[in-house]
Amino acid sequence: MPHVKILEEVCKGCGLCCDGICPVNILILSPGRINSNGYHPAEVTDNSKCIGCGYCFKVCPEPAIEIYK
Amino acid sequence: MQQIFGRPQGLTDVLQRYCPGCGHGVVHRIIGELLVKLNIRERTVGIAPVGCSVFADEYFNCDMIQPPHGRGPAVSTGIKRTRPNCIVFSYQGDGDLAAIGTAEIVHAAARNENITVIFINNAIFGMTGGQMAPTTLPGMRSTTSVQGRDIKKQGYPIKVCELLAGLDGPYYLVRTAVNTPKNVIATEKAIKNAFVNQVDNKGFSLVEILSMCPTNWGMTPVQAKKWTDESMIKYYPLGEYRNRAKEGK
Repeated sequence: MPHVKILEEVCKGCGLCCDGICPVNILILSPGRINSNGYHPAEVTDNSKCIGCGYCFKVCPEPAIEIYK
Repeated sequence: MQQIFGRPQGLTDVLQRYCPGCGHGVVHRIIGELLVKLNIRERTVGIAPVGCSVFADEYFNCDMIQPPHGRGPAVSTGIKRTRPNCIVFSYQGDGDLAAIGTAEIVHAAARNENITVIFINNAIFGMTGGQMAPTTLPGMRSTTSVQGRDIKKQGYPIKVCELLAGLDGPYYLVRTAVNTPKNVIATEKAIKNAFVNQVDNKGFSLVEILSMCPTNWGMTPVQAKKWTDESMIKYYPLGEYRNRAKEGK
């Protein structure tokens, strides 16, 4: 099963991956968490739905996203 | 469990100091992946520009040189001619390539120098604080055109791909963007072509990439992504402006 991993300390919370890019809509900007640079990192709501398309990785400028299969 | 997408070996582990939502990171990642995929990392020399990506030498995991402002194509020419076995890419922004370095890029293209140029166009001077660049759109606000760029006073933006397409020299000229997954995939293909052309000794390749600058455009990254679609791509149409591989020359 593919699953996506967010590197929270690398993420700058730009939100590009959360804006309708994900075909199954499982990425949001975490409202409660905050990383050591002061950004709200992206968060995966339901990893079992991930289809491993890699769209979130393609638009991530850092890249703070890793996808495993 | 196998990693199918992740940080490529062509990039170092240094955290990039770009603003959130900046397009530079996506292009860095694409180049980092290609250095490994094409197996050219050991013999690649990159040219870092002056601008936001001035620290690109810390981010790319290959040899890098940081020449004076705008002189990327000239320094690339020198390296390529003295060490023809090296793969040389010049990474430049619009302040570097379209303002102070216009002469260098035009002559490198006219000579069909066997180098790869990656041109990041975000329509503004990013590092110095959002001043008007040669590529700023008509009516677009910046810190030195607070009422919007007035074409009667400041003239029209420079369209680099169209400008260079007027020359006989260049081998490959293309304009892409990095705001959506579709455009990023097109950019990956274009940059790959640009590197393969150099490996095959074909000649001058330039990839112009429309990039987002949310900080200096005064927008959120998501708004900047939409604005790229609505304004930037309208003024700077995407596509190939020269591909001599297709023309069969």
